Amino acid sequence: MSTQDPAAAPAARRPRIATVWLAGCSGCHMSFLDLDEWLFELSKLADVVYSPVADVKEYPENVDAVLVEGAVANVDNLELIRKVRARTGAVIAFGDCAITGNVTALRNRFVTPEELLRHAYVEEADFQPQVPGDRPLVPELLPKVLPVHQVVKVDAFLHGCPPPPHEIRSLLETLLGTPGEGAAAKMGKEENGEPKT
Amino acid sequence: MKVTTLKINGQLVSASPGATVLEAARENGVEIPTLCELEGISNVGACRLCLVEIAGSPRLQPACVTEAAEEMEVQTDTERLKRYRRMTLELLFAERNHVCPVCVANGHCELQNRARENGMDHVRFPYQHPDLPVDITHDRFGVDHNRCILCTRCVRVCDEVEGAHTWDLSGRGTQSIVITDLNQPWGEADTCTTCGKCVEACPTGAIFRKGSTVCEMEHRRDRIRFITDARKKQEWNP
Repeated sequence: MSTQDPAAAPAARRPRIATVWLAGCSGCHMSFLDLDEWLFELSKLADVVYSPVADVKEYPENVDAVLVEGAVANVDNLELIRKVRARTGAVIAFGDCAITGNVTALRNRFVTPEELLRHAYVEEADFQPQVPGDRPLVPELLPKVLPVHQVVKVDAFLHGCPPPPHEIRSLLETLLGTPGEGAAAKMGKEENGEPKT
Repeated sequence: MKVTTLKINGQLVSASPGATVLEAARENGVEIPTLCELEGISNVGACRLCLVEIAGSPRLQPACVTEAAEEMEVQTDTERLKRYRRMTLELLFAERNHVCPVCVANGHCELQNRARENGMDHVRFPYQHPDLPVDITHDRFGVDHNRCILCTRCVRVCDEVEGAHTWDLSGRGTQSIVITDLNQPWGEADTCTTCGKCVEACPTGAIFRKGSTVCEMEHRRDRIRFITDARKKQEWNP
């Protein structure tokens, strides 16, 4: 985290970005980590102030932009995304779970979460069938899994399951106002073949 | 043979006699997005993606089933049409479980392509998440109703090209579903000749070859046009 030196006055504040992991498989974050050495470049351009891959417990104030992976599926997701929205300039739905609900929302055909839990842990179980009951330990499921934009305002959408690294980089470069001299496109070709749909 | 003269997007163009607005546009290099339309079979105007504005008509008209007329003035790409097209696509995505990353047709899907081409980056309507069946009783093919957009290409190609009419529609509104024979499992539908034309015609992952997994189902949609050209025009080279 940057502490501003008042003496160095007009120097621009370093951009503060974050990544958040709601109900998703972490694949979008894996794709983010696949940016490999460019992550060093990123650390020169901005402070990553909160992320599942950084040891920060509380989502901080005054974040400029956040990549949100995953859908809103339980009460913890709901609390976090509301906090994220209140404390962040640009919220980017990062990957298909955040945008559509995707695989996490396949459970929505069940009328209630109880029906889902019974199906998964009792009807389909072949060992000690029981619904996990310790609510304080496991965050309570919401009635339906929701895409992020149905819960809070979303400013941009980055598609893919997961979004390919070069697209994450292009987005971050656009956000940080440092177009990468066509490097992102080049990187995409080299490492990912033709950009996937 | 007299050609029809009309204006498309302010440009004076001519069309073959009897051509639809869609054909007239294509003959003159104007793209209109389509989904239920497939070369080789009849048009029904089911998907509403090809809606265009026609001067003097308060209603939007589907270009695929509207005949081009002399002095007609057509707009194909106004802000209003773009708004409606996007909305139509969003409604299609919201209606059933179009979960691209786990779909056999991911990357080869016309619904997915139209969404991308028309800037549909998210769906503003609540997803319906209906509980729909998958029928894999047929030896070689399967139908996943979660992916079906009710374009009726399968119904038309089976009836018009194969002449079997195994496929049809049942139910109304959101309860509509494509059925085989008298709403029997596909594997028990006696009229099915297993020709696979419905499989090739399907725009999404709804009808697929068994054994294909995520991203593997590539429909050869141009084969339908090839068959009808071969029959009608004796053209055997695709």
